[in-house]
Amino acid sequence: MTTIDRNDVEAGIGLPEDADQWTAKIRGFLMRTLPPGRLIPDRQPSYMASWIYIFGALTMGALAMVILSGGILSLEGPTWWHTSSVGLFVNSLHLWSVELFFFFMVVHLWGKFFMAAWRGKRALTWMTGVITFLASIGAGLTGYLSQTNFDAQWISTQAKDGINAVGIGAYFNVLNFGQMLMWHIMILPLAVVAITVLHVLLVRARGIVPPIELEPADPATAVAGGEG
Amino acid sequence: MTAALALVVGALINLTGPGHYIHWGFIQISVGNLVVIGLMVVTFIAAILIPYHRKGGQS
Repeated sequence: MTTIDRNDVEAGIGLPEDADQWTAKIRGFLMRTLPPGRLIPDRQPSYMASWIYIFGALTMGALAMVILSGGILSLEGPTWWHTSSVGLFVNSLHLWSVELFFFFMVVHLWGKFFMAAWRGKRALTWMTGVITFLASIGAGLTGYLSQTNFDAQWISTQAKDGINAVGIGAYFNVLNFGQMLMWHIMILPLAVVAITVLHVLLVRARGIVPPIELEPADPATAVAGGEG
Repeated sequence: MTAALALVVGALINLTGPGHYIHWGFIQISVGNLVVIGLMVVTFIAAILIPYHRKGGQS
């Protein structure tokens, strides 16, 4: 009979006969890809000492504020955010946190673009950022459509021509308030938050991109040399 | 709310009313959007130029 060591179990070390189980395989993958020291590191490379890196964190802070204020708006509803002073305040908080979210995200994007941050097998990190940006634009549009005012009506009638010209008006109908509201408060926030989490985990797994001048001139040679 | 308090907590710029637009050939952009883009460029340049002081801890 195999003796189970409690310390080994807590450290994530399974029994050899359990190695084929899907739980053991997933745990092994996660431990190899994101060991705790890499997930929550104590130290970062010296080239991280730049204000540019602050803007990614600021983007997430603004996103938290967007989700929080949006959650309060969804609890109370349009009559509240249009008429009461507190409702108007929370509505404004939602708008301005979105403005800051896009502001910080664009500065973060410019910084990463000029660093060529997709270098060193970081293409997926870059692409998850791109998808988050696109999903955020969709969330912004559906947000404008969910205001329940004349502004929303005007934007929806203007947007329908563009959406129809692209050929997706039958599936994404900007004149359908219920559909737009569901996209705004369910599908798109879920997508933005989920892809943001994936983006951060990829940054943790692969590390931040080194400056171009610190990169080996020929990565293929460097890898071969490293193996040799 | 008193007039003084309303002035303090209200927007620095009166945002009520029709928007202002700049036309340049086929390009049309609202002043508000142009201001935001300008602020982003200024912030980006400042983020690159202003030195970041750190208290050790980096490897």
